Amino acid sequence: MSPLLSVRNLRVSFPTRSGMFEAVRGVSFDLGRERLGVVGESGSGKSMTGRAILGLVRPPGRVEAERMELGGESILNLPEARMRRLRGSRISMVMQDPKFSLNPVMTVGRQIMEGYRLHTGKSRAAARDKALEMLAAVQIRDPERVFHAYPHEVSGGMGQRIMIAMMLAPDPEILIADEPTSALDVSVRNEVLRIMDRLVGARGMGLIFISHDLNLVAQFCDRVLIMYAGRVVEELPARDLHAAKHPYTQGLLNSLPRLDRPVERLAVLQRQEGWRDALPAETP
Amino acid sequence: MAQPDILGPPGQGVPPPAGGMPSARRARLGRRLRSLAGIALSLALTLLGLLLVTFVIGRIMPIDPVLKVVGERATQAQYDAAYQAMGLDKPIWQQFLRYMAEVLRGDFGRSISTGHPVAQDLLRVFPATVELATLGTLIGVCVGVPLGVVAAARRGGWIDQVARVVALVGYSMPIFWLGLMGLLLFYGILGWVGGPGRQGIIYDGMVPTVTGLILIDSLVAGDWAAFRDAFSHIVLPASLLGYFSLAYISRMTRSFMLEQLSAEYVVTARVKGLSEGRVIWGHAFRNILVPLITVIALSFGSLLEGSVLTEIVFSWPGIGQYITKALLAGDMNAVLGGTVVVGTCFVALNLLSDILYRLLDPRAK
Repeated sequence: MSPLLSVRNLRVSFPTRSGMFEAVRGVSFDLGRERLGVVGESGSGKSMTGRAILGLVRPPGRVEAERMELGGESILNLPEARMRRLRGSRISMVMQDPKFSLNPVMTVGRQIMEGYRLHTGKSRAAARDKALEMLAAVQIRDPERVFHAYPHEVSGGMGQRIMIAMMLAPDPEILIADEPTSALDVSVRNEVLRIMDRLVGARGMGLIFISHDLNLVAQFCDRVLIMYAGRVVEELPARDLHAAKHPYTQGLLNSLPRLDRPVERLAVLQRQEGWRDALPAETP
Repeated sequence: MAQPDILGPPGQGVPPPAGGMPSARRARLGRRLRSLAGIALSLALTLLGLLLVTFVIGRIMPIDPVLKVVGERATQAQYDAAYQAMGLDKPIWQQFLRYMAEVLRGDFGRSISTGHPVAQDLLRVFPATVELATLGTLIGVCVGVPLGVVAAARRGGWIDQVARVVALVGYSMPIFWLGLMGLLLFYGILGWVGGPGRQGIIYDGMVPTVTGLILIDSLVAGDWAAFRDAFSHIVLPASLLGYFSLAYISRMTRSFMLEQLSAEYVVTARVKGLSEGRVIWGHAFRNILVPLITVIALSFGSLLEGSVLTEIVFSWPGIGQYITKALLAGDMNAVLGGTVVVGTCFVALNLLSDILYRLLDPRAK
C-alpha cells in the first residue's frame, strides 16, 4: 500500500543576516496508517517539519524537497489556494496550548463549525450536529454547554479535546500533533492521548506525534524518528527505542531517570559536533 | 466512524443538567447587567468630580464675577445687591449645591462676551464642532482601520511603507499650515470647495435648525442646494482632521494587528484552511476591536474638544474657538460651561467604549 505521506530530503531554510539558516536539513520519511513519533530537543526542526508539510512556512522561509507527496500527489510548493483546500480537510494539526490556539472571542461551537462547513459545504444545522457529535466523541460530557462556551470558560484538558474535535471534524487523513500534551496537567495528559489515539485509530488516519518526551513517544507510537539539528539521526520501532544505536538517542535515554535502574547522578547529554553533519543512520 | 465508547452515540450522551445552556447565558447576561450598574455609578461620580473641579476653578480665578456682571462703574449698593443675588454671601457648600442645581437645569449663566446665556451659545457652537469631529473621525476610521490592517498583513510591503509615510506626515505637519495650503489650493486656485465658515452667505440661516448639524438639517428640510453648500464647506476641514486621526488610528491598528497575527490561534485558523481574508478579518481583527474602540473614542473625544487651530483657520464657529475667545476675554461662565459640556462628552464616550468593550470581549467580567 502506498504511504499516506511521503517526504524525501525536506529542507526548510530562512534567510538571516549571516546567510541562510537551515531549520530542517534533509528529512525523509514515509507515513502510513500509523503513529509516527518525532522526537528531538528544541530547535531540532521537528515542529518546522510539521509546518512545512502543512505549507505553513511563510515567506521569506523556503521549503525545498526532492519529494513531498500526499496520497501520491505532490504537495510541494502548491499554489496557496490549492494548499488551502488540503489544509484542514486532508492534513490537520493540533498545537501545544489550547489557551493560545483557540480564538478567545469566538465560541467553541463556531470555531468547530467553521472548518467543517468550509470543507464540506454543509448547512449550519448539519455543521451544528457534527460539532456536537465531535464534542461528544472527545468525551465532553455536556456538549451543548461547551458548544456555546468561550475558550476561557473551559479547562486546559477540555480545550485540547476541543482542538482535537475541531481538527478531526472534516475527516482529515493525517493529523500532526505538535506537543499536544506538553501544556497540560499530568493528570489529564493520558486521557487526552487516549481520546486522540482512539479517534485516529478508528478513522485509519496517520498520526505524526511531535514531542520531546521520549517515554511518552515510546509508549504511544509505533515508530520513532529521532531528530537532531534539522536531521533525522535515527529511525526505529518505538518498542526498540531502548536498543537505539545512535549516541544522541542513547544520550537522551540515559539522561532520563528510571525507577528500575536508580543512579547517583543522571548522565548529561554530551553533544558531538559530528552529529550535525552525519548522514542519517540507515535502518532496514 | 468513531463513536465514544463510554457515552454511546452522540445526542444520547449524558443529558445536560436542566437548563444547562440557557443558564450559562443567563449568568453571562446577569454579570453584564451588574457591571453596567457599576459603570453607571462610576459615571455619576466622575460627573460630580467634573462639576467640583469647574466650580473650584470658577471660585479661585482672580476674576470678580460680580464686577463682570455689574460693570466697572456700579455703585457699592448695586455691587452688594448683585453679590447677594448671585448667592456669594452663602457658605461655600451652599454655593456648590446651587451651582450643581443650575448646571443640572442647563443654566450656565450669561456670557459677558456674547451677551447670550452660555447654554444658548453652546447649543449654537457645539453642534458645529460635533459635525466636524464626527465627519473627521469617520474619515479617520474608514481609511485608517483598513490601512492599518493591510499594512500589518503585508508587513514590509509597499502598502506598509506608504502607510508609514502617510502617518508620519500626518503626525508632523502643523495643521494650520496644511489648512492654509488646502484652502489656497482647493478653494483659492481650483475652486473645488467652499471657503471658510460652515455655509455660503446666501444659505446662512436658510435651513431651519433641528439638530444643529447643518448636513442633517438640510437633508431634513430636503434642501439639496443647502446640503451641497454645507458639504463643500465641511469637506476640507473634515478631511484635514480626518487625516490626523487617520495617522493615529492606522498606526495603532497596525500594531494591534501585528500582535494578533503572531498569535497561535491565527495558525489554527490557517490550519483549518481558511482564506487569508477570513484569517485576518474573521479571526485576528475581531480580537483587536476592543483596544481599537478605545483608540477611536479617544481620538473622537479630542476632536470634540474642538480643534482650535482648524476652527480658526477655517472660521468654523465651533466650541474650540468659542472657549478660546471666552478665555481671552475672562468670560468664566462661558469657559466653565464649555468645559462641562466637553467633559461630559468625554465621560460619555468612555462609557460608550466601556459598554462596547463588555459586549465585544467575552472575557470581560
